[in-house]
Amino acid sequence: MTQALRRTPLAERHLALGAALCPFAGWEMPLRYGSDLAEHRAVRTAAGLFDVAHMGQSELRGPDAARALERVLVSRVATLAPGRARYTMCCDADGTVVDDLIVARLPEDDGYWIVANAANAAEVAARLDGATADLDADHVPAPERALLALQGPRAADVLAALDATGAAPLLALRPFGAARTTLDGVAVLASRTGYTGEDGFELACDAADAGALWDRLLAVGGPLGLLPCGLAARDSLRLEAGLPLHGSELGGDLGPFETGFARIVQLDDRDELVGRDALARRRDAGPSRRVVGLVAEGRRGPRRGAVVRTPEGTEVGTVTSGAPSPTLGVPIALAAVAADRATVGTVLVADVRGVDVPVRVVDLPFVRRG
Amino acid sequence: MDVPADRRYTAEHEWIDAGDPATVGVTAHAAQQLGDVVFVALPEVGRVLAAGEVFGEIESTKSVSDLFAPAAGEVVAVNDALTDDPGAVNADPYGAGWLVRLRVSEPGSTMDAEAYRTLVG
Repeated sequence: MTQALRRTPLAERHLALGAALCPFAGWEMPLRYGSDLAEHRAVRTAAGLFDVAHMGQSELRGPDAARALERVLVSRVATLAPGRARYTMCCDADGTVVDDLIVARLPEDDGYWIVANAANAAEVAARLDGATADLDADHVPAPERALLALQGPRAADVLAALDATGAAPLLALRPFGAARTTLDGVAVLASRTGYTGEDGFELACDAADAGALWDRLLAVGGPLGLLPCGLAARDSLRLEAGLPLHGSELGGDLGPFETGFARIVQLDDRDELVGRDALARRRDAGPSRRVVGLVAEGRRGPRRGAVVRTPEGTEVGTVTSGAPSPTLGVPIALAAVAADRATVGTVLVADVRGVDVPVRVVDLPFVRRG
Repeated sequence: MDVPADRRYTAEHEWIDAGDPATVGVTAHAAQQLGDVVFVALPEVGRVLAAGEVFGEIESTKSVSDLFAPAAGEVVAVNDALTDDPGAVNADPYGAGWLVRLRVSEPGSTMDAEAYRTLVG
């Protein structure tokens, strides 16, 4: 017997909107509400609203909260100012990435807010429990907290239209800023972050308030072009933005050094960091493979798992994610390829379901905001 | 889910009508499962297909699926309009979103609309 899928506080809304649902990391999530292309374009040109309450939220509190986090996260967090967030990763002792996540120092300076991927939330939680066990710090999971991602060039306009006064502290945030406010009567903890490559906000609120906030955002956002968006658009948007997905571009032998995130790994004076020595070895050795962007010739593009070769036929890598880009109209992909084949402009060949298709290494992101 | 009674269906979600030549497409169920179709790769006119043979593929942002011939026969026409408007497969899977026309030499393994409706629940 399979375990019942978990549902977010917005599950009834998704059904009422006629969403196609799909299982994802143990959750039943909206895949699309209508047209996934229309949802994708709404985020690029106006705004989109995603239910991302499946992501694993928790807080770390107490005098040793920063020390506990720095045992688990590759980045320094003690140096984060209150109301600032950063993208970081959690690794095992051998340097393997367990998850990539966002950590924010709470605006009141009374702890940290962690948002992990749904699929890895339990793994991250176990490490945070372990890291806090012998310290004066508490790991407090927040399973009753919902999370809405409001993304797109008009995301700020949507917030302003909802509640100009309440939105003001959020509109004042720089990227990776975090603040608390009240939006139309709903208390939210928000960050100016996202997974689409566009401007946007991630809004956490009590599960009991999530439906009201969702309804109001759709109502005031509709005239501005906002659409509810599902996981299909979320994946095509993050791919165009060149953002890695754990399990595709991260995990196994792919980590921060292979994906261009060496800057988030801070190893000086990090004796307590799990994986420190392994990460230092990986850093010093340099990556043998790099995750690059590929654009394919023609209309048929490589999908995940496609083998990448040199024009002479030598196997040099594998596609980790691939899809036709809704914005560019060409097949795009991320691929892990030999470091000496990772230079922008390099021409390679991908095995697209039995047919060799020329691909070219390009700069990331594929699509820049605005 | 729309399943017209005037044609037959494969377990892989293609439909074929009784015309001569017979028109082949994918079902509304398949189109909905795929999401927005962004590309359809179709065979050359003149290619002779065996029943069940892969004759093309249909791609959305989320996935790419093979197309299986619902009957044996020669491809006598392909829907070139899908090159510019692959979304017709979603908008009108039983009409403007047709894929190929086959001069059928031998029927394949297909089911009637009622059986297909049961299959896709």
